[in-house]
Amino acid sequence: MKHALVIAVPLLLAACGDGGGDPKCSIAGSGPGLDPSGAMCERLSSYRLFEDIATRTPAEGVVPYALNTPLFSDYTTKDRFFWVPPGSSLGWQDADAFRAPAGTVVIKTFSYLADRRDPAGARRPLETRLLIRQDTGWTGASYVYDDGSSDDATLAIAGATIDATWIHDDGAQRSNAYVVPNKNQCKECHAEHDDVVDLLGPKARHLNSGDQLQHLIDLGVVTGAPPPAMWPVGIRAYDATAGTVEQRARAWLDINCGFCHNERGIARTSGLYLGVTQTAPLNLGICKPPVAAGRGSGGRAFAIVPGQPEASIMMFRLESVETDIRMPELGRNLVDTEGAAIVRAWITSLPGSCP
Amino acid sequence: MRSKLWLFSLAVLAACSSEDPCDGISGACIGLTSGASTTEVQTALIEVESGGTIAFGSGTFEMTSDLSLDVDGVTVVGKGQDKTTLSFARQTSGAQGVLVTANNFWIHDLGIEDTKGDALKILGAQGVTIQHVRVEWTGGAKETNGAYGLYPVQCKKVLIEDSVVHGASDAGVYVGQSDQIVVQHNSVELNVAGIEIENSTHADVHDNVATNNTGGILVFNLPGLDVANGSQTRVYDNMVFENNTMNFAPAGNIVGKVPTGTGIVVLAAHDVEIFNNTVRDHKAVNIGMISYIPIGAVNDPKYDEFPTAIHVHNNSLSGVSDMPTGELGAALITAIGEIHPSGPFITPDIAWDGVLDPARTVGNPTEKICIHDNGDANFINLSWPLSDATLPTESLAPHACTLPPLPAVVL
Repeated sequence: MKHALVIAVPLLLAACGDGGGDPKCSIAGSGPGLDPSGAMCERLSSYRLFEDIATRTPAEGVVPYALNTPLFSDYTTKDRFFWVPPGSSLGWQDADAFRAPAGTVVIKTFSYLADRRDPAGARRPLETRLLIRQDTGWTGASYVYDDGSSDDATLAIAGATIDATWIHDDGAQRSNAYVVPNKNQCKECHAEHDDVVDLLGPKARHLNSGDQLQHLIDLGVVTGAPPPAMWPVGIRAYDATAGTVEQRARAWLDINCGFCHNERGIARTSGLYLGVTQTAPLNLGICKPPVAAGRGSGGRAFAIVPGQPEASIMMFRLESVETDIRMPELGRNLVDTEGAAIVRAWITSLPGSCP
Repeated sequence: MRSKLWLFSLAVLAACSSEDPCDGISGACIGLTSGASTTEVQTALIEVESGGTIAFGSGTFEMTSDLSLDVDGVTVVGKGQDKTTLSFARQTSGAQGVLVTANNFWIHDLGIEDTKGDALKILGAQGVTIQHVRVEWTGGAKETNGAYGLYPVQCKKVLIEDSVVHGASDAGVYVGQSDQIVVQHNSVELNVAGIEIENSTHADVHDNVATNNTGGILVFNLPGLDVANGSQTRVYDNMVFENNTMNFAPAGNIVGKVPTGTGIVVLAAHDVEIFNNTVRDHKAVNIGMISYIPIGAVNDPKYDEFPTAIHVHNNSLSGVSDMPTGELGAALITAIGEIHPSGPFITPDIAWDGVLDPARTVGNPTEKICIHDNGDANFINLSWPLSDATLPTESLAPHACTLPPLPAVVL
């Protein structure tokens, strides 16, 4: 790929006749913005979403946010932001979702801390993903930080693999061939349903933490909110004091699995639905035989066998690192040891048995 | 965009070969020659415009991750199923080889080898055409092979023809939860299931050759899926023989229950017409029909566990079936032992588990299993689960009926 880019870039630069601009896009003004044609820029800096990319300092109008339970991404640290064009806002829909206006950009930078025990210490940025709400729908792509660089990132529509090491929570050195998703893979998780893309993070239940939602409302970034008493409650899955075992496990499954495993997601053909609102035991996996699991079954008969995590396909897949077995399929090479423990505790706590 | 692609193709051509994979192809085309990296192939699959073609040259393309296509109307073509190969032997990421989530997809004349998971999965597409495609796990029949070879699921208007699948640890050709399907003139070998039509409606499976699988052709309805209760499958003019490869499906999968040595089997499907097939030399049974009841209990209110309106006629069935395996095989042997206590323990050509829907309308012909004009083929009703009150029987008399022919599938 590097080879092809090297050839392509000079040609397009020459065609544009603008050595200082981005070869793929043109954004007017001085603040954050998008190319009116919908083109994805070659460089992250061209969108002017950050005042300083290296320190992840957002530009004015770009709003940071955090989630109750983050999606596990191979122990990376993630900085999240969104930007809505001036004069528009995220409109609260139904109980939980937001309708994003054209021009909305959801931004997430993935980094490895040099030492996870020191969250404020040095870090290596890997990629910044953008999900952009165009007039015609959502487009996603990733910008990859070249080795050693942190002040700008380059479009990588076909994804990339980045070898990285870090000191883990236990002080041991860990490594990972971190996978940057390709442009199609963005859509596999962030599926578009009736033109509302699944913003995995920015749902009310995930944002309802402390005064964050109120802050977004005060800023005018979120509008149409129902009264606070009606806001859905999110659970911090990784916080042992945050809820029951079931609530924490369902919150973990919701953010890690539910965006594909729902009636309209890419895993719909499995009949296994893991969103937090799912109530049918069979669809939740309880005593549910596999449909097309292949080796993913691990020789086990049901997705969840109550009380028996070692007999449950779900645990086999959450704890596998093999490419055709592991779940989620995308976005991880490593096992979320802490997350798997939460699901294991829940399955252990379930009463009953399977035929 | 056009200028970049043009240059990109030239660069690849110059680097690798003088062959232009796009020669003779009209319309927009991106050519890829065998030195192309995974990133270059994936970039082409993203940048291709609707209606365009991605043409692979001769040779082997070593892919290190899965590939995906999400652009409607794209044709993917090689120089021949034995001349162009996408090899995933060195795959380190991706749950399948190729994933397509686009309508009007046409793939022809190439091979896909050694994917970690499914080889070619096509999800939710309207219009799928697969022709002269070879899928192969080159190490032979192994549990570690991917589950499905050619795998359209929740698709509409599917044509799979003149293709070959070897080595799938579930089904070679698997069409799931789909509608309007033609599977014809394919060769499936050394898979657990050769061809499987599952929770699908309006399927014609004909003129295929299925041999050396565990089971030749399966028509299944499974519980727990939104697309439930498939119906109207015709299985005809197929050559199904010697599907005696030991079942090598990973445990837990439903196909693992198929007894080694099964020709054609219907599981809880509705409106199935099986005719003019040659089915021979299976160790377990040539044609089986079964409800979901012996498989397991299931709590799915919208699922019908019973096969209904199954019409088996004018088939040529032969060979001795005397070595059925697995739980279902054991049930066969037990039933035969009830009828012939001193043997020989030979399975009749056609077997039915005999489980009736308690809610059925007695005498309603549309719920019947009709069997006629299959030469001298014999039959057993297992009366599962065996008890003194319900003994197995070899009488075909209750099945001496006919059903109206099912209409042909028109794509």
